[in-house]
Amino acid sequence: MVGVRSQVAFLWVALALCTAMSSEVLAQKKYDSGASDTEIKIGNIMPYSGPASGYASIGRTEAAYFNKVNAEGGINGRKIKFISYDDAYTPPKTVEQARKLVESDGVLLIFGSLGTSTNGAIRKYMNEKKVPQLFVASGASKWNDPKQYPWTMGWQPNYASEARIYAKYIMKEKPGGKIGVLYQNDDFGKDYLKGLKEGLGAKASMIVREEAYDTSEPAIDERVVKLKAAGADIFISFTSQKFAAQGIKKAAEINWHPMHIISNVSASVGGVLEPAGVEISQGILSATYMKDGSDPQWNADEGMKKFYSFLAQYEPKANKLDAGVVYGYAAAQTMMKVLQMCGDDLTRENVMRQAASLKDFEPDTLLPGIKINTAPDDFAPIEQLQMMRFKGRKWELFGDVISSEIGH
Amino acid sequence: MSAAEEAIAEGHEAVEAVPKRAMTLGTGTSLVVLAALLVVPMFVKNFIIFQMTMLLIYGLAVLALNILTGGSGQFSLGQSAFYAVGAYTSAVLMEHANINYALTIPVSAVICFGFGYLFGKPALRLSGIYLALATFALATAMPQLLKLNFLEHWTGGVQGLVVTKPDAPFGLPMSQDMWLYYFTLAVTVAIYIFSVNLLRSRSGRAFMAIRDNEIAASSMGVNVALYKTLAFGVSAGITGVAGSLGAIAVQFVAPDSYTITLAISLFLGMVVGGVGWLPGSFVGAAFIIFVPNMAESISKGLSGAVFGVLLFLVIYLVPHGARQVAIFGQQLVGKLRKN
Repeated sequence: MVGVRSQVAFLWVALALCTAMSSEVLAQKKYDSGASDTEIKIGNIMPYSGPASGYASIGRTEAAYFNKVNAEGGINGRKIKFISYDDAYTPPKTVEQARKLVESDGVLLIFGSLGTSTNGAIRKYMNEKKVPQLFVASGASKWNDPKQYPWTMGWQPNYASEARIYAKYIMKEKPGGKIGVLYQNDDFGKDYLKGLKEGLGAKASMIVREEAYDTSEPAIDERVVKLKAAGADIFISFTSQKFAAQGIKKAAEINWHPMHIISNVSASVGGVLEPAGVEISQGILSATYMKDGSDPQWNADEGMKKFYSFLAQYEPKANKLDAGVVYGYAAAQTMMKVLQMCGDDLTRENVMRQAASLKDFEPDTLLPGIKINTAPDDFAPIEQLQMMRFKGRKWELFGDVISSEIGH
Repeated sequence: MSAAEEAIAEGHEAVEAVPKRAMTLGTGTSLVVLAALLVVPMFVKNFIIFQMTMLLIYGLAVLALNILTGGSGQFSLGQSAFYAVGAYTSAVLMEHANINYALTIPVSAVICFGFGYLFGKPALRLSGIYLALATFALATAMPQLLKLNFLEHWTGGVQGLVVTKPDAPFGLPMSQDMWLYYFTLAVTVAIYIFSVNLLRSRSGRAFMAIRDNEIAASSMGVNVALYKTLAFGVSAGITGVAGSLGAIAVQFVAPDSYTITLAISLFLGMVVGGVGWLPGSFVGAAFIIFVPNMAESISKGLSGAVFGVLLFLVIYLVPHGARQVAIFGQQLVGKLRKN
């Protein structure tokens, strides 16, 4: 009997070996250009010089984040090589740098490049070459177009999503209100307006007046007066920073006290509300999706603790007040998540497949409850925001996290 | 070349007198350069070919400025505006009217010539720094004009327009990049020959007479107004062609692409290449394309400062740009031969 038993045991061992081997065969490593057993090359294009160089902190934080990943052993044993080039925010230079990354450096993908027109310039090229253009750092809605551009994906909530959230809030809080909209006359402002109308749906007639301004106009005072004259009691500014400040000032000057919503783009305390006047800015509403790196309320937060210790160790010079740092951290974390999900199949196709199947992923520096979800027909990773109100000298979050999807 | 040496020795004015013979390369050298430009793309990656295409394109734009400044002695910081008009002309014609890319280039040339000629009219009353300021205004206004609402249907507004890259015709076994390179090279060579001949012609002599002394030129019977505006027109026309080619090579036009920074880059390219020395235009173009990349690889955070230092070194060591280096090289070869 002992002999039989050992035979059986032998068979079991043999069987186990066979399965082990076959599973190894199944998990065959697959690579496209830029990935190997030891390394994954990621490209990035940032405005380190030029008019938008203020955003360069995003790129620097991302580089620091990948240093951290490498110091901790890399992703599935592979080190990240993060190659980031300067395009000075000029589209022709972006094209040159993208081609350099893809054709000369041979990166697996381009991640987190900044700007709407700069990314617009390389979108067609990236899709022709079938190289992932992941987590574009721009709020335009056009990055969510998987049918036409299956290799391009955005990351942050787009302007239209944000506006839909304001629409939901208004319909809940002030269903009988009259809305006056001030918007910038370009695709940034129009994206917002479109989202607002989609969000209001059948109640779009609540908008009593739309005022478009061109960025070349010195002041928008007259437009604010017109909105008041139209009887609006909700004032929405889909504007860039300078004009948001002007709007706040003018409304106070003409003694108009509507419910005032400003876009997330211009929700900067130092850049808009303080110059406009802190007293007259009380009660202004906006929405956000990231934790404020300088707000003490997050000191005990687990995610932010990780973030602060990351900063201390890998990017000690970074400014916590700079939203770009918080942004870069969360975006790089999302990128890492996708690469982890790819496992040993590091082909460009699989990268896109995994990027399009993120489920309830929560980066450390996004607001609690905000989850990243994507699907093959949904290339808009972040679609939730939380409303906030300006009180004292800072923003106070209130209410639940709101999803921008219509009907939710 | 002794005349050019003299010019360098005494040249303290902003735009010094460059005799017309010193404006070009010798025939032998030209042929060698041309042969290199023809052969090199067959051995390099598509990305390098693309960079070489951009070099030719910016070289054309610098050449255009060189004709204006080096030839007729007028300053312009507004070349980016002409470049933009050329780029948008091609992009709009190709994408909205489905016109063949090659046919859009002469259209751009004509439109930009007209635009430059008309702009040259009021600019006649201005000279030196005032003219530079007027053209500067043009360059700053252009990106905003392109964003205008009523043009948005054609220009695509801030979003810009995506341009389709042409395939090689007649089923030639060439990549799109390589075809576009040879196409650009052909256009560049044609324009270069045209420019050299223009500066050697009666008109060219008139340009240079105006540059050297306007009063003397007019007393000799040169129609100063006509030739000044003509120089503007020709310069704008060539810049427009460069813009068209640029739009096709980059496959995208947007207002942000054509800001004052581009105009300053072109100006810089001209100074680095040597004002009034036409082949220098391409050296200058190489400078504005490759040196920022070099600066970036030295230090990312301080790329602007590194670029500044490099530029400063060039201006300080070789104030007459590539021309000075070329002359120095020629002397060296001459000496070696004697020995």
